[in-house]
Amino acid sequence: MSRLFLLLALLPSWLLAGEPARPSPTLPGTHFLGDDLRALQADDFANPGMLWVARGEEYWMQPPASGAKACAGCHGPAAESMKGAASRYPRHDPVLGRVVNLDGRIDACNRRHQAGEGFAPNSPMALALGAFVAHQSRGSPMAVSIEGPARATFERGRALFGTRIGQLNLACRHCHDANWGKTLLAEPISQGQPTGWPAYRLDWQSLGSLQRRLRACFSGVRAEPPAYGSDDLVALELFLAWRARGLPVEAPAVRR
Amino acid sequence: MALARLLVPPTARRGEAVEVRLLIQHPMETGFRREADGRAVPMNVVNTLVCRYAEREVLRAELGSGVSANPYFAFWIRAESTGDVTVEWVDDAGERGSVKAVLTVP
Repeated sequence: MSRLFLLLALLPSWLLAGEPARPSPTLPGTHFLGDDLRALQADDFANPGMLWVARGEEYWMQPPASGAKACAGCHGPAAESMKGAASRYPRHDPVLGRVVNLDGRIDACNRRHQAGEGFAPNSPMALALGAFVAHQSRGSPMAVSIEGPARATFERGRALFGTRIGQLNLACRHCHDANWGKTLLAEPISQGQPTGWPAYRLDWQSLGSLQRRLRACFSGVRAEPPAYGSDDLVALELFLAWRARGLPVEAPAVRR
Repeated sequence: MALARLLVPPTARRGEAVEVRLLIQHPMETGFRREADGRAVPMNVVNTLVCRYAEREVLRAELGSGVSANPYFAFWIRAESTGDVTVEWVDDAGERGSVKAVLTVP
């Protein structure tokens, strides 16, 4: 009997509870940076991500060539209308009939209301607008909905997070739930919290989307990365956003 | 399309040292990278950067491939009279950029 009890105690708690445990305490990616990068991120002038924010703001104010209204023509000042938006995405879009992330929603808005062709994933304009809109949510605690139509996508993301992939045969949770805070080669392993994205990554010498970062993780375990905008990546994003609930948005962050 | 941010205090006392901060969006290609298909990416870095304050050159920098993408500069100038602080640069592809701010010395 006592042996059975010991066995149960050794089982990960999320297996018993039916709900995945979150890393505790929840720590943003910024926590795992050195002092120099943390200072760079906190400095709104020197943070290179702010270059993209500045470009996004230009686009926000300027009516597109199609003659349609500018973003500001409908939404007004972004500081008010977009405050907290990034903390609620990915979410289910009733018109598209699926869960979209913030970039996907901006893309849909451009097609619907500006007669545009949308923005290719990770293109300079997609990054600039994404960074500008996400920046308005700085400090808002993550609070995505996983109820109703978003539930299936959430479950898909949760399953992916726990599925072994690639030649290294690792699941996300093996690093970011079980081993965060330890060191992998020369780098500390973060909890995989998505609150800083889009972020300026020094490795890329550029701003990049969360999907680009996720694809880099797929390559890291030598698995084939899903395509940009694929259901798998959006599902993972939703699961990560839910997992980070309560953590404040800090886009555009600086990451290694 | 060159994008840059320049930060100069709007006002300063005469004789005061003020910090000029500059951030330029530029890939700063070293010339050592290759595309996925093996073609070399040609070198393209901001090679010359000049700052003028009230028509006078106060800083000239020659940059090379050791400078990171989206380079950040900070330097000090002494406020003497009200005037424009302009920074101009040119890269290996011949593209020019400039940015301007006004420093008021009452």
